[in-house]
Amino acid sequence: MFDVNELPALSAYEWAHEEKHAFLTRELCELTRHHAARCPEYHKMLAASGVDVDRVQRFEELPFLPVRLFKEFSLKSVPDEELHKTMTSSGTTGQQVSRIYLDRETSTLQSKVLSRIVGEFLGKQRLPMIILDTSAIIKNRAMFSARGAGILGFSMFGRDKIYALDENMQLDVEGLKAFLKKHEGEDIFLFGFTFMIWQHFCAELRKSGYRPDLSRGVLIHGGGWKKLADQHITTAQFRQALHETCGLTRVHDYYGMVEQTGTIYMECECGHLHAPVWSDITIRRPSDFGVAEKGALGLIQVSSLLPHSYPGHMLLTEDEGRILGEDDCPCGRKGKYFEIIGRIRRAEVRGCSDTYEQK
Amino acid sequence: MTNLEKYINAFVESLEVAAEDVPALKYGESDQWDSVGHMSLIAALEDAFDIMVDMDDIIDLSSFEKGKEILAKYDVEI
Repeated sequence: MFDVNELPALSAYEWAHEEKHAFLTRELCELTRHHAARCPEYHKMLAASGVDVDRVQRFEELPFLPVRLFKEFSLKSVPDEELHKTMTSSGTTGQQVSRIYLDRETSTLQSKVLSRIVGEFLGKQRLPMIILDTSAIIKNRAMFSARGAGILGFSMFGRDKIYALDENMQLDVEGLKAFLKKHEGEDIFLFGFTFMIWQHFCAELRKSGYRPDLSRGVLIHGGGWKKLADQHITTAQFRQALHETCGLTRVHDYYGMVEQTGTIYMECECGHLHAPVWSDITIRRPSDFGVAEKGALGLIQVSSLLPHSYPGHMLLTEDEGRILGEDDCPCGRKGKYFEIIGRIRRAEVRGCSDTYEQK
Repeated sequence: MTNLEKYINAFVESLEVAAEDVPALKYGESDQWDSVGHMSLIAALEDAFDIMVDMDDIIDLSSFEKGKEILAKYDVEI
């Protein structure tokens, strides 16, 4: 297997199809063997699938696990004494949550790869950061949520951080004014969850009439569109609202999940989500789970080289999407690019920012 | 204050631990030094020594001893 410590040094978006596919096939086969040797449940599932890893020509032939399996079973490939932390997904009350077991190696790998990907959009320097959320979110560690974890993960890329909203979800106008004065002329990193930004940050700006100049800002947001889609809010409206209320134009959505933390799929300047070198997207037909052709709608399978401590390297999500192209996005990034259409019916309602319930 | 005192003090204030416990600390092995504590610690170190730590070093700073090596890269001798 490729030396794990060397993985983060790869360039995120430079490998074209042939090179990347051969690399992923080799590494994912190795990871499959790695997990089969260490996780008895995974070993059984692999045996039941009938796939002989030694004969696999393309990684798409390897078996994949449905993400919900991590809610029903404790799947890990490390002894308990090597566990470093357990991540849980953002299940709301009454739903079962995924449990993802991390050792130090996998956890560090996740952070490093995330920083490589985000660095492609923010640059190498850590920028002054505005978190478009409430300062209450990480104060109470006991109620630490997926939202809090996301904010913390991304805080690494910022410095001199402030929260745009106070503990009562009110806009901190004085705080923002002082911050922007202090960092006048600098690029600013903004991070938040899509729904919170729309429902609270944009709404509060509109209400207050305060129009901060964030034209030098770069916003990274994620956590799903479900709540906004329910309100019939489109990407274009979301971007328009940000442009109008604070002059933001550099806006990047991302797609990612706690089951494969680190390898996120960032939206480029052309509005396409991109797979980085460490992971890939495969679209599967819901009818027979075969690989769908380019442009066809289907279930999204995510494959990632980062999961070593749990057998989550190849997962079938409950999200629906389609491949838009490969290696030829006008933004210049190599690899597949795709779009998400939604979540399949019957799937549980889930998404990081969905854990916030309006009172 | 010597650099060592400033260094220990950053741990004490950001992680709310006793000074005598600081040298044995490792990231993720105590309740105080969790991911929340980690970012407070980085901010405290940056303030104390007037430096800006790179992302890779933030990730690598996993123990009291490792932190000394990392700070040396920023010309801070502990």
